[in-house]
Amino acid sequence: MTLGELLQLLLFDYTLRTVALGTAALGAVAGALGCFAVLRRQSLVGDAIAHAALPGIGLAFLLTGMRATPILVLGAAISGWIGTLFVLGIVRSSRIREDAALGIVLSVFFGLGLVILTFVQRRPTAAQAGLETFLFGQAATLLAGDVVLIVGVGAAALLLLALFWKEFKLLSFDPEFGASVGLPITRVDILLTSLLVVAIVIGLQAVGVVLMSALVVAPAAAARQWTDSLGIMVLLAAFLGALAGVGGAVISSLGGGIPTGPTIVLGASVLVGISLLFAPRRGMLAGLLRERSTRRRLAADAVLADLYALAAQHGETTEYGHPVAVLRAMQGRGGGVERALARLEARGLAREVGAGQWSVTEAGIERARNVFLPGGDE
Amino acid sequence: MTWIDVEIQLLAVVVAVSCALPGVFLVLRRMALMSDAISHSILLGIVLAFFVVEDITHPLLVVAAAATGVLTVGLVELLHRTRKVKEDAAIALVFPALFSIAVILISRYAGSVHLDLDAVLLGEIAFAPFRRLEVGGMDLGPRGLWLMGAILILNVLTILLFYKELKLCTFDAGLAAALGFSPVLVHYAFMTLVSGTAVGAFDSVGSILVVALMIAPPAAAYLLTDRLPHLLLLSGGIGAASAVVGFWLARGLDASIAGSMATMTGVTFLLALLFAPDRGVVAGVRRRARQRVEFAGEMLMIHVLNHEGGVRARVENREDHLQEHLRWSPDFARRVVRHAEREGLIIRTQGGELHLTPLGREFARHRMIH
Amino acid sequence: MTEPAIEVNDLTVAYHERPVLWDMDVRVRAGALTAIVGPNGAGKTTLIKAILGLVSPAAGRIRILGRKYREARREVAYVPQRGTVDWDFPTSVLDVVLMGTYGGLGWMRRPGRKERERAEAALEQVGMEAFAQRQISQLSGGQQQRVFLARALVQDASVYLMDEPFQGVDARTERAIVEVLRHLRERGKTVVAVHHALQTVPEYFDDVVILNVRKIAAGPVAEAFTEQHLRTAYGGRVPFLQGVAPSPPATPGVQESPDPAADRRGTFSGGA
Repeated sequence: MTLGELLQLLLFDYTLRTVALGTAALGAVAGALGCFAVLRRQSLVGDAIAHAALPGIGLAFLLTGMRATPILVLGAAISGWIGTLFVLGIVRSSRIREDAALGIVLSVFFGLGLVILTFVQRRPTAAQAGLETFLFGQAATLLAGDVVLIVGVGAAALLLLALFWKEFKLLSFDPEFGASVGLPITRVDILLTSLLVVAIVIGLQAVGVVLMSALVVAPAAAARQWTDSLGIMVLLAAFLGALAGVGGAVISSLGGGIPTGPTIVLGASVLVGISLLFAPRRGMLAGLLRERSTRRRLAADAVLADLYALAAQHGETTEYGHPVAVLRAMQGRGGGVERALARLEARGLAREVGAGQWSVTEAGIERARNVFLPGGDE
Repeated sequence: MTWIDVEIQLLAVVVAVSCALPGVFLVLRRMALMSDAISHSILLGIVLAFFVVEDITHPLLVVAAAATGVLTVGLVELLHRTRKVKEDAAIALVFPALFSIAVILISRYAGSVHLDLDAVLLGEIAFAPFRRLEVGGMDLGPRGLWLMGAILILNVLTILLFYKELKLCTFDAGLAAALGFSPVLVHYAFMTLVSGTAVGAFDSVGSILVVALMIAPPAAAYLLTDRLPHLLLLSGGIGAASAVVGFWLARGLDASIAGSMATMTGVTFLLALLFAPDRGVVAGVRRRARQRVEFAGEMLMIHVLNHEGGVRARVENREDHLQEHLRWSPDFARRVVRHAEREGLIIRTQGGELHLTPLGREFARHRMIH
Repeated sequence: MTEPAIEVNDLTVAYHERPVLWDMDVRVRAGALTAIVGPNGAGKTTLIKAILGLVSPAAGRIRILGRKYREARREVAYVPQRGTVDWDFPTSVLDVVLMGTYGGLGWMRRPGRKERERAEAALEQVGMEAFAQRQISQLSGGQQQRVFLARALVQDASVYLMDEPFQGVDARTERAIVEVLRHLRERGKTVVAVHHALQTVPEYFDDVVILNVRKIAAGPVAEAFTEQHLRTAYGGRVPFLQGVAPSPPATPGVQESPDPAADRRGTFSGGA
């Protein structure tokens, strides 16, 4: 399929358009709110919330007998919320650390959810239709009504995020200072965590409880590499989340029975990989280039120092040339002397006075004095 | 109870105990969530190895899966060490990516891989008795039981043989390194053990519930005891008990056995959290109520000592002043003063002034310098 | 006698039934620089946090400028320990300093141009104006400390509480901080700082509070900062004793006026 055909499908195929809009919206909301989870080192809290939502979905269905998305999402939200309360309660009231508390809550709630689901499935009624899609997500099951719900609830969450921006920022950066200037830290924390719960539960139908947390963490982690500003990071994470959402939904809807969750998560993971490697300042490639250029500069400086030392033995003359072989011997292992000399020549610090004979220039002497003699400025 | 039920329960107990033992060290080393990462990513190893050998029972699958688990640990550390993401985010990035690839491969080639997604999440402990190990036509019992039994023995042996190293690297990695043990080597060897255990348990209980079996029993035991040997025994016991109760719960509800085993580990943990004799929430509340009066008594005496003989002693050292300055209710202040009087630490003059007895003075001085 | 800037009475703080501060009475003289010293685990940070209402005391009463913390909040600025935050947080120097204005802004209100100008002025005071747009992870330890100081200056308070402002900073930053402290004193502000380097106490501070779970001594440096008190606090192992314990001369600017109402033990008071 060409890109043009894909675009045409996205724009004119009603089903695909609906699904893509839904996954874009949930990706954006998860990406934006995920930034705060990642910055507060709560990346795995999202995992606990998502898994803890499963029993809520099953119970909501059992209690109401309805498969309506708003009811299931509400059930998921309540149970996800209770899960986070458990984590907090365990950590506050015992010697159990957060990592174990998260592990217990996510796996036990999930186990309970599976019990409820298998229990539901074995009931004679056929109405349980497809609660399993909540495990790995199936974007194709998103109906127009579901998308309206995702967009509406998600927009409300983002609006609250914008309104309480400075409070959330202060909470994430320096909660104690925040408390000292009168910020009700606990209440702000509850609000932010609730928004995270919202961002997660609206994505469960399309992405699934097992992998939803990745959609919270990955766009944020990717966005962090490109910027040092919280505002830009949140916008970028929202964009990347939406991108992963649409990409995953489209790929999975092309057929093959691939669940949407893994496709979206894999897309988001690729974005993280690209960001880690190629982001301009924090990226690994940039780091390697920086390191190499530093190493070369240092190597050139070392050769300059030798040239200067040789010149000094001859009364700091710039006329007398020294063979490359001598310089190589002075450098010990001798690698890269030619490259260093070329670099020095380009900077006007050294020149080739005869074939293979090199000398320091006036500018080179100047720099060598500044850099290598005591009292130099570097 | 049929023979099949017995075999399932036996397997459930062996799985639970195998998971709980390494889980103790995961909890103590604050790496509980590494089990989450490992148990997810082993699926990729299983799937990839299957593509190579095309036999779901091939032993290579176990090896490949365990290797993927260790690889996950390495990847998380590598990512963390770039300092571009924090450790929690590194975990949350690595395993979903690997798990996603595995799930996509399974659903893409669902026909050829004899693994469906239900089995990935739920395990197939209920079917374990139907897969027998036969040697020369002789039925030796469920194959899963043999595999898991071997893993259990391996875990027990490793912990017994390397008890000292594991203990040292858990509690003081720096000292371990100084003494010539390599904490890194021990770490990776241990993570291999965790991965192998997760792979074995995966067949029975699926990838997520392994986490419950590994973390919840040790966490519950950690609320009951401080000593490492007791911790190991108790974790195993709690795991085994949760497994058996979970089995019967599942029977009663006609629901997933693995799910209800995980649920039971959670229930056990909750019970320990609430009712552990020393560290439980209930015990804590009662102790605090008792200590509040004792502590307040100490505070009272130190307060009196500090102001004894001072210009303001007449004002400071009175019961009604305590209400104001120590923020005590009249009722509580009376209780504390009575308590101290009864213990012979303080006397109250007719005018309501409080004075330390010699015993009280000595006690207060001692408390002030600990 | 003028009213003390901070008055702590009978303060006891306990974490899990373990007392961290025992029955402490402290009065901080308004308009003076006061150091809080004591060995590790003595409760210095806890005292600061209790004054700020960040930990709730088991007993005792704290008044700032005669009011409860909640009511005096706008008059108090806080410099936490540098290590308590993640310096890799995606934000700029100016942004961190702007956080000092948040307390004066209502819910949902964003800092505007006025706040920005105040933040820039505060950065200038600590010599960091050139770094306003710099990402905070690119700062040295000393520069980070100066950013925190600027954030407190923006709060434009009367009382400044600082937790180890000199911890691990370079000489240049140390000079800059001392300068800022003196400037604050000139403007009649009160500064209370947890301090580790005993040798600089007499040079930098007017008053000192020596504590180790309970209060050992408090008062003008010339009187309270004695070898005997330090030995009591540090259990005989005093890291630095030179220049300590001079015979008590009249300290310039400190006029000792015994308050008959005050308990002789411990509390001190004075008018400036």
